[in-house]
Amino acid sequence: MTHAISVHNLEKIYDNGFQALDDVSLEVRRGEIMALLGPNGAGKTTLISTICGIVTASAGHIDVFDYDIIKDYRKARSCIGLVPQELTTDAFETVWKTVCFSRILFGKKPDPDYIESLLKSLSLWEKKDSQIRMLSGGMKRRVMIAKALSHQPDILFLDEPTAGVDVELRKSMWQLVRELRETGVTIILTTHYLEEAEEMADRIGVINNGKLILVEEKKTLMKKLGKKELVLDLHSPLNDIPADLSEFNLHLVQDGHQLVFTYDPAKQDNGVVRLLDCLKDNSIKCKDFNTRQSTLEEIFVQLIGDA
Amino acid sequence: MNYRGMWAIYSFEMARAFRTVGQSVASPVISTVLYFIVFGSAIGSRISDVGGVQYGAFIIPGLIMLTILGQSISNASFGIYFPRFTGTIYEILSAPLSFIEITIGYVGAAATKSFIIGLIVLITANFFVTFEIMHPFWMMFFLVMTCVTFNMLGFIIGIWADGFEKLQLIPLLIITPLTFLGGSFYSINMLPDFWQKVSLLNPVVYLVSGFRWSFYENSDVSITTSVTMILVFLFICLGIITWIFKTGFRLKN
Repeated sequence: MTHAISVHNLEKIYDNGFQALDDVSLEVRRGEIMALLGPNGAGKTTLISTICGIVTASAGHIDVFDYDIIKDYRKARSCIGLVPQELTTDAFETVWKTVCFSRILFGKKPDPDYIESLLKSLSLWEKKDSQIRMLSGGMKRRVMIAKALSHQPDILFLDEPTAGVDVELRKSMWQLVRELRETGVTIILTTHYLEEAEEMADRIGVINNGKLILVEEKKTLMKKLGKKELVLDLHSPLNDIPADLSEFNLHLVQDGHQLVFTYDPAKQDNGVVRLLDCLKDNSIKCKDFNTRQSTLEEIFVQLIGDA
Repeated sequence: MNYRGMWAIYSFEMARAFRTVGQSVASPVISTVLYFIVFGSAIGSRISDVGGVQYGAFIIPGLIMLTILGQSISNASFGIYFPRFTGTIYEILSAPLSFIEITIGYVGAAATKSFIIGLIVLITANFFVTFEIMHPFWMMFFLVMTCVTFNMLGFIIGIWADGFEKLQLIPLLIITPLTFLGGSFYSINMLPDFWQKVSLLNPVVYLVSGFRWSFYENSDVSITTSVTMILVFLFICLGIITWIFKTGFRLKN
């Protein structure tokens, strides 16, 4: 199957000697949503910028739908829409003009009907004649998305798309991304909001210090690295954990009112049944319990820490 | 070729100029009027003909060159520097456009503006003195070539500059002195021998001389030399722009 994007052994060393990308290889499938996670300066934006032709690679090779981004740059770039991290817009242009400009820049015929439907879908239609400088930050972000989608790309890069936008707008953007995916657009997003990746992504890539640490299906990643916590509400508080329970590596919280057991749900013998038996043997009564899955954020911190 | 992409850049840049069309037209008209008052009437009335051409008419080609050289560099440098400054250049660099197409878009628009301003100066001058253009083809050739070449130079300056101060540095410190000393208001034959030879190191001399020849068949250097020199400048600028895009100098990291 042809991949939407194939990156092979990509390296980027800036003039000041800083290595932003170190032997990165990655394949993005058609129609998927891939989230690239990583701390500041990890290389996420450099990777995106290199694929889009804004940054020149020091070594390596990139194909977009089998088009080499250097030799077949016209075809490769025609497939890509980019929403950069910074709100970089022509402040004195109107929304309508700037979006039409982007479409023609990519060699497409003017299509007022499409631009109208695009602006309507992004709730920008009412503001089509407003200068961009008059818009709020969230609206400017939507204008950037409209510009990126104006030439109907097959691949959309969203570099921190919801940075600095309120919760309501963030959720509406998530909805938009889902709708785009349904139309067959491949989406690669970078984000600091792990909740965002958890909510939307099919696959997760983690970058740290220019290296791609892993690429995994989100569900598999959560399953593989995700721990579960069993929180037991005790009938009577405990001062110490009894010696018989030491093998379970338990923690007392809430002034001894809660006992927390962390376990791996993927294991056949995860210790939950044995723990409950031990509690009974030690006459420790519980009045309630609940379980909680590790969040992607906790997995991410663990991965970065391990790296 | 991505003609639509080129057109998008060209029309965007032209629209930017038309937003301030009052200033764009008023500025060269006022400058021309002032030059004619100072050089044409106040000083010019005390200067005899230069090479058989009345002084007021003699300065017209130089005046047009002076204006379009300044305007070209200012228009083109600002045109490319501003998207670099605001960050909107990302869209141009990620679009399916070759560097030639990007250059044609920006330089073409800036050159069009310079050309129009050159014509405005010419029309304004017509209100002050009577003149004729003996070689209209060559007049247009020099006008167009100067607009294109110096807009390319402005484009290079706009890419090189890493601050608004540097944007003004070369026009103020190099271009303006070279233009004033390039025979805009005098014939270099009026200078002592030594300074005539020094003046020949000034590239603007060849432009002004060739342009003036197209009006009055009156020149400081031969027309062939002027044409050769402007083509040399053109190719030098083209070479530098090609190098900029190949290396990504100040455009790509």
